[in-house]
Amino acid sequence: MSIRLIDISKNFGQFAALHNINLDIPAGELVALLGPSGCGKTTLLRIIAGLETPDQGRVLLKDEDITGQHASRRGIGFVFQHYALFRHMTVFDNIAFGLRVKPRRERPAETEITKKAHALLELVQLDWLADRFPDQLSGGQRQRIALARALAVAPEVLLLDEPFGALDASVRKDLRLWLRNLHQELNVTSIFVTHDQEEAMEVASQVVVLNQGRIEQQGSPDAIYDNPVNAFVSKFIGQTNILHVEQNDAAWLKSAGLVFENPQGIYAHVRPHDIDIEKMSATSASPLILKDWQHLGSSIRIELVNPQLEGSGGSLYAEMSNRRFKQLNLNRGDRVAAHIRQAHWFD
Amino acid sequence: MQAPSSTAGNAIVRIGNRQALRDPLWLRCALIGVAVGFIVLFLCLPLGLVLYQAFAKGWQAYFQALSEPDTVAALRLTLIVALATVPLNTIFGIAAAWAITRFEFPGKSLLTTLIDLPFSVSPVISGLIFVLLFGSQGWFGPWLSAHQIKIMFATPGIILVTVFVTFPFVARELIPLMQEMGNEEEEAALSLGAGGWKTFFLITLPNIKWALLYGVLLCNARAMGEFGAVSVVSGHIRGLTDTLPLHVEVSYNDYDAVGAFASASILAGLAVVTLVLKSFLEWKAR
Repeated sequence: MSIRLIDISKNFGQFAALHNINLDIPAGELVALLGPSGCGKTTLLRIIAGLETPDQGRVLLKDEDITGQHASRRGIGFVFQHYALFRHMTVFDNIAFGLRVKPRRERPAETEITKKAHALLELVQLDWLADRFPDQLSGGQRQRIALARALAVAPEVLLLDEPFGALDASVRKDLRLWLRNLHQELNVTSIFVTHDQEEAMEVASQVVVLNQGRIEQQGSPDAIYDNPVNAFVSKFIGQTNILHVEQNDAAWLKSAGLVFENPQGIYAHVRPHDIDIEKMSATSASPLILKDWQHLGSSIRIELVNPQLEGSGGSLYAEMSNRRFKQLNLNRGDRVAAHIRQAHWFD
Repeated sequence: MQAPSSTAGNAIVRIGNRQALRDPLWLRCALIGVAVGFIVLFLCLPLGLVLYQAFAKGWQAYFQALSEPDTVAALRLTLIVALATVPLNTIFGIAAAWAITRFEFPGKSLLTTLIDLPFSVSPVISGLIFVLLFGSQGWFGPWLSAHQIKIMFATPGIILVTVFVTFPFVARELIPLMQEMGNEEEEAALSLGAGGWKTFFLITLPNIKWALLYGVLLCNARAMGEFGAVSVVSGHIRGLTDTLPLHVEVSYNDYDAVGAFASASILAGLAVVTLVLKSFLEWKAR
C-alpha cells in the first residue's frame, strides 16, 4: 500500500524535529530512512504509525487521509528498536496478541489463531521457542519475534525502527539479508530507520536521506551513491575526500587529472576508489608520499600526504583491490602519483 | 614440590583476605548488640506488652472487650473507611501515575510535588484543613447545613481526611516503576490494534500488579491506623464516629486497659499481617 506524506512538520518545544516533509512511497518498496542521530527519522516513522501527532501536514495511506486516525486502527505494523516484546507473555502469546485483541466480530477462532501463530514462527524459523519468555531469548531471536508479532495482523505497511541497531555485527549481517529476502517474499510496503549508510544501501530498494528534519535526497541506492545532490549526502554516504580547491595546490590537482571545467563549487568530493595510484621514483615532481595503509578485507585503503601542504590539506585516501596493491609493491614513504577519475563539485 | 607450595600460598592469601575484611570481634558484637537491643526495646517489647495487657485478665475478658458494642462499631467504621478509601486512592494512584509517566503537560512537576503533600503535612493539620472547609464556620459549612448534608463529625468527613492522608501511597509506588518500564510495550499493543482499555488490562496492569498491590497494602494499613487527622474531624462520638485507633485512646482514658489493649491488639495484628504480605510482595516483585 502506498504512503504519501504531505507537508509534515513537528516541533518538540523549541526544537524543530521535522520541517515540511513531503514524501511519496510507492507500494511494495523497502525504503530506508537514513540520517545521523537526531535528524528526525524516528519521529517521522512514529508519525506514520500514529504514535506521534504532527503539528502540521497529512499522512495518506493509499490516498486515504489517516492523519486523525488512532494508531490501533491504522493497520500499520511497527517493530521497535528494543523490540518491546510483552515481557509477561510467552513468545507464542506475543505473536497471537494482535489476533486476540481484535473485536469479537473480526476475531478468528482460537484454533485459527494457533495455526497462524505457528505459521509465523516457522516463517521466522523460531518455532521451537514458542513457550519461552522474551528475556530467555537472544537479541537476534527477539528481533525476529518482534517482526513475526507485527506481521500477525497482516499489516498493510510495516515500519521498523533501527531494526538492527542493538545486535552484534555478525547477527546484523545475517538479518539484513534475511529481511531483504522476507520483504521480497511478502511484498508488504516497508520503511525502516537507520543511521548506518551501509545497511541502508544493502537492504533498501529506495533510500531517503534526512538531515536536521529535512529530506536531502530520495532515490535508489545507486542514484544516491553515484549522484549525491549536495555535500551532506556525499559526505554521509560512503567515504569521500573533500578537496578545497583554493587552499589546495591547483596545479597539482590539475596534473592529478581533476577536471576544472565548469566547476559548480569550490569543494571537489572524490571517492577513494576514484583515485588511481602510480608508484614514482624518489626524484619525481609528484608531491604525494604514501603514509600508511589499512586492510579493509576486499580492498586496501591507502593514506597519502602532501608534505608541502602541511596542516591545510590533510590526508588523501585512495582505495584499490588487493591485487592491484600487490602489483604496485608499495612501501611506507614511497613517492606516488594520484589520478583522479571523477569528482563531484559542491559549494 | 611445586603443587603443595602453591596450595599453601593460596591458603595464606585466603586467611589474609578474611582477616583483612573482618572487623574485630568486640566491634561486631557491639554493633549487633545495639541493633538487636534497639529492635527488642522499641519494637518487640511494646508489641508484646500490647498482647500482655490485652490478655492480662484472661481470654474471656479479652473477647468480652472485643464484643462490646462500641468496639464492634469502631471496628465496623474502620472497615467502612478502609473500604471506601482504598479503592478511591487505587484508582486515583493509577490515574496519576499514568498521567505523569505517559504524558507531557504543563503543571506536571507541580502535580508530582502535590502528590507528596499529604506526606509532608502533619495529619492534624490535614484534619484542620477539612474542618476549615466543611465545618459549621467553614467555607462550605452554611451551604452544607442548609442542605442537611453532614460531613463533619460523621463518616463522610472521616473518609475524606483518610483519602487525603493516604493519597500518595499507590501513586508513589507506581510512578518510578512505570517510568523505568517506559511505554514501548503499550505502543506496541496499540500498533497491534489493541484499544486503550485492552492495552491497560492486558499489558500495563500485568506489569505493574505487584507494585500496585504493595501500594494498596500500605494505603490500607495507613487508612485503618490513621489517628491524628481522623481525631480532628471525628468528634469522638462513641459507637458512631470512633474508628479503632480513636477507640483505643478513648478506652485507655477511661482506665479500661483491657478494652484499649484488646482493640490495640487488632491493629497490631493487622500490622503484622501487613508486614508478612509486604515481604511476600517484595519477594514476588523481584
